[in-house]
Amino acid sequence: MATIELRQVEKKFGELHAVKPMDLTVYDGEFVVLLGPSGCGKTTTLRMIAGLETVTGGQILLNGRDVTWEHPSRRDIAFVFQLFALYPHMSVWQNIAFPLQAQGVSRHEVRQRVAEVARLLEIEHLFRQRPRGLSMGDQQRVALARALVRRPAAFLMDEPLGALDADMRERMRGEIKRLHIDQHATTVYVTHDQVEAMAMGDRVVVMSEAVVQQVGTPAEVYYDPANLFVARFIGSPGMNLVPCRYLGGAVEVPGAGRVALSPVWDAALQRALGPACDVILGFRPEAARVAPEGPLFATVYASDMEGGYAMLHLSLGGEGGPVVHVRASRENRYPIGTPLRIDLDPEMVRFFDPRTERAIRREVGR
Amino acid sequence: MEKSQRRQRAPIVEAIRVDKISGGTRLVQAIRIVLAVVYAALSLIPVLWIGMTAFKSRPDATAVPPKVFFKPTLEGFVSLLTDRAILLEARRQELLQHLDELPWYQRLMVQQGMEVTGPSQYVGRLKNSMIIAGVSTVAAVVLGLLAAYAFSRFPVPGKGDLLFFILSTRMLPPVVVTIPIFLMYRRLGLHDTHIGLILLYTVFNLSFSVWLMKGFLDEIPREYEEAALVDGYTRLQAFFKVVLPNSLSGLAATTVFCLIFAWNEYAFALMLTTDKARTAPPSITTMLGRGGIEWASIAAGSLGFLIPVVLVTFALRKYLLRGVTFGAIRQ
Amino acid sequence: MSNVEVQNITKRFGAVTALDGVSFSIRHGEFFVLLGPTGAGKTTTLRVIAGLERQDEGSVLFDGEPVDHLAPADRDVAFVFQQYSLYPTMTVYDNLAFPLRSPLRRVPEAEIRKRVVETAEKLHIAHLLQRKTANLSGGEMQRVAIGRALVREPRIFLMDEPLSNLDAKLREALRVELQHLQKTQQSTTLFVTHDQIEALTMADRIAVLDHGHIIQIGTPEDIYDRPATTFVAQLVGTPRINLLEATREDATLYVVGSTIHLPLPEAARRELPAAFLLGIRPEDVRVHCDGRFFGEIMLTEPLGVETILHIRSGEQKLLSIVPGMTGLCIGEGVRFDIAVERLHFFRHDGTRVVFS
Repeated sequence: MATIELRQVEKKFGELHAVKPMDLTVYDGEFVVLLGPSGCGKTTTLRMIAGLETVTGGQILLNGRDVTWEHPSRRDIAFVFQLFALYPHMSVWQNIAFPLQAQGVSRHEVRQRVAEVARLLEIEHLFRQRPRGLSMGDQQRVALARALVRRPAAFLMDEPLGALDADMRERMRGEIKRLHIDQHATTVYVTHDQVEAMAMGDRVVVMSEAVVQQVGTPAEVYYDPANLFVARFIGSPGMNLVPCRYLGGAVEVPGAGRVALSPVWDAALQRALGPACDVILGFRPEAARVAPEGPLFATVYASDMEGGYAMLHLSLGGEGGPVVHVRASRENRYPIGTPLRIDLDPEMVRFFDPRTERAIRREVGR
Repeated sequence: MEKSQRRQRAPIVEAIRVDKISGGTRLVQAIRIVLAVVYAALSLIPVLWIGMTAFKSRPDATAVPPKVFFKPTLEGFVSLLTDRAILLEARRQELLQHLDELPWYQRLMVQQGMEVTGPSQYVGRLKNSMIIAGVSTVAAVVLGLLAAYAFSRFPVPGKGDLLFFILSTRMLPPVVVTIPIFLMYRRLGLHDTHIGLILLYTVFNLSFSVWLMKGFLDEIPREYEEAALVDGYTRLQAFFKVVLPNSLSGLAATTVFCLIFAWNEYAFALMLTTDKARTAPPSITTMLGRGGIEWASIAAGSLGFLIPVVLVTFALRKYLLRGVTFGAIRQ
Repeated sequence: MSNVEVQNITKRFGAVTALDGVSFSIRHGEFFVLLGPTGAGKTTTLRVIAGLERQDEGSVLFDGEPVDHLAPADRDVAFVFQQYSLYPTMTVYDNLAFPLRSPLRRVPEAEIRKRVVETAEKLHIAHLLQRKTANLSGGEMQRVAIGRALVREPRIFLMDEPLSNLDAKLREALRVELQHLQKTQQSTTLFVTHDQIEALTMADRIAVLDHGHIIQIGTPEDIYDRPATTFVAQLVGTPRINLLEATREDATLYVVGSTIHLPLPEAARRELPAAFLLGIRPEDVRVHCDGRFFGEIMLTEPLGVETILHIRSGEQKLLSIVPGMTGLCIGEGVRFDIAVERLHFFRHDGTRVVFS
């Protein structure tokens, strides 16, 4: 098994940075997800680790060994591609056996190892079929089997579920995670889907515009996003972000009302911004509730049912104000234009500096 | 469904690339560039040589070893574009005395012991080439576009068979049918007429243009027209307002390919024309015979012959590049 | 604005029957969603209504009048395509003005300008009017496409998965905007999607389509709370519904291969077959310390707002949702309850058992 270390790794295409210098250590047996919108550099990073892309600067270490300029085949890494990349002219069995045959493993052992991974992924009954005839989910299982059969030091996966439909994606997500828990192989997984990243990752690396925005556990990136980008990107919908003004002891949302601050936040804002300053208030949809005596005024912009619960979309301060999303029980649905008041859970509010877009940190645990 | 097939294609390429990329890329890159430059130079030498020979005087053109540096002259062009008579000594002396009053081309020839008597046939042949190639290209492209549109968008009965039939017209070497066509044309009175060659070239190019244009039109999403249909336009209006502007690159590519074929065609032009409708390609070779090989004027003829195609290609290069990379409109 | 009625539409492509007797009607000002997996026939239905495709049987009526003989241009519908319907050679302004410039309408240029600008403002794309559409982002393009439908005030908006090519964040934002716009404009809309969350959140009513058949028509609540078949039950709701083999003995329900057993309501005792499928939505599997049943946690999927638990109980696997990020670990035991009043019962052929 393996530890992967990136030291100041960067990639430039001409003058353009695809990945700005980044440091990252993926520990032995860890499942790390690179998450970001398309073009953020996550796939390039993964391809550099695999050796499919040369690095412009920095070092890549595998178990402490410098592999920066090593040929991909010598890195002992398996790569699972986004769109399966199964060889259409070979049967499932041949596809899985292919990497072993390339390594010159004995025929007896090939048979044994193929059978083993096939049992693990429950695809033994597909051996004789051609990939084309398989369902998308089965194709992805075969692709995983082909990666697993080599017993590589680490797995790199580039949106392996990207081409599947929603239901299949949900199932395979669980299967891959389960597989990882059983095998404990070091895995770097790339996706643009924050749900996938949260559900699967031991840690999540959020990237945007070639820069690592935050590295943290799912709970950290969800509850304490490092900046506005992460706050917006994580969660569905993302964190509500409302520009307002800090007035010492409270923040005022223009046209909607004042929210009193806990002493901890008051001190933090005072320290970070000084008295009377613009600040961005952030809260998750589940951190707000409709309450007749709540401090903020809003009107209903739209409301909908999302299965087991409802989501209210509210214009803060009335029509034309910033739209925030509030999770509610299904009984709480209102026609468009209904005036309401909302209250925020004081433990769940966050603040951001509008100039730097960074989160303002409070002192915790005193 | 179509989309998912297209998506499936990419990964195999990726999988292959895994094995191909290797270290030490700088040196390899440099060697590649040098090789490309050498190859480009080698390919360009014949063209360059034609260009140089066209401006050589007679002795320079045939000099052994070949001259790389020489005094350029327009002799080749003048003898290509004019008919000349050999001068008797008396007449020559007379002209030499009034040398300053003569036009420049006459001066050039008098020094060679010849007199320009009028424009040569080559001018007319070039004009024929332009008319025939131009008209047949336009016809092939327009007809091809309409046919391709129908094949691309409508459920034409027997579509597959028809398309194959159209393609099959290109499956045997054209030379094989020269004799039957020659006889047919004689009977129909199409021998040595512009219309005869135009018809022939159009038919030949049509199969090509239908297939090529169909490929381009297939790449233009149907939604474009359907949106226009729903928005209140007729099929024909939608075609002109939406399909046509989006198929320009395809049209350009098809035009250039058709033009090159019609412009360069030699065998039929030689067989089916004698004088009135004769095009440039067969007439260049006939220059080989007259009064020794006039290398300079052959080169001048070839050069003059190349230029129009180069110009058209150059004018359309923006569309061509997009056309060759197919599907560029899809982003 | 009109109400649209689709009567018994059948459409075949060669040997394949794409639509088989599809009927529904859309009320004035309604947001009607056709939901189904790829290949269900949703887009074909839309195209038949628009006149882009001719049905083999059946009839389409606008305001009670058949329109089967009318060309697409004469039906006065607006179509928003999934992609590719903007003309890359034209500016945003010309794209928006295109439907108004149709020879059918002959709108004067001044009027066109006014309506284009109005629509652009409504959709927040006024600053893009002079740009070529080829240089727009995905979200901007789809706004323009919607704008092109809006600018005309047609009888009905037909939308073919207009959000599916956008990234998740944009999709969420546009979903809410579109819903707001439709409700405030009262425009009759037929919206096609394969995304259950789009259907649930935006629709007044949903028609679920599969293999060319309509399976169920109802409000989002009907579809989610009373799915007519296991297909519908699995299609809506994420994470997916738990479907478990179960048997009935007198007044008690036993889940096969586990210790889970529940009392049955009075009505169920009469109508339920001896063996059936039990459907339980994940939010109705409620984890708490003195729950009646016991299971082992196989997997946790923390999503932030809630966590999905994969629980093994005997041979059965159950999904459960708990709010927030849980401290529960894989391998740990949990106790849970099941909300009896929210159970779904299906026969083995997939149909719902309805209690009278």
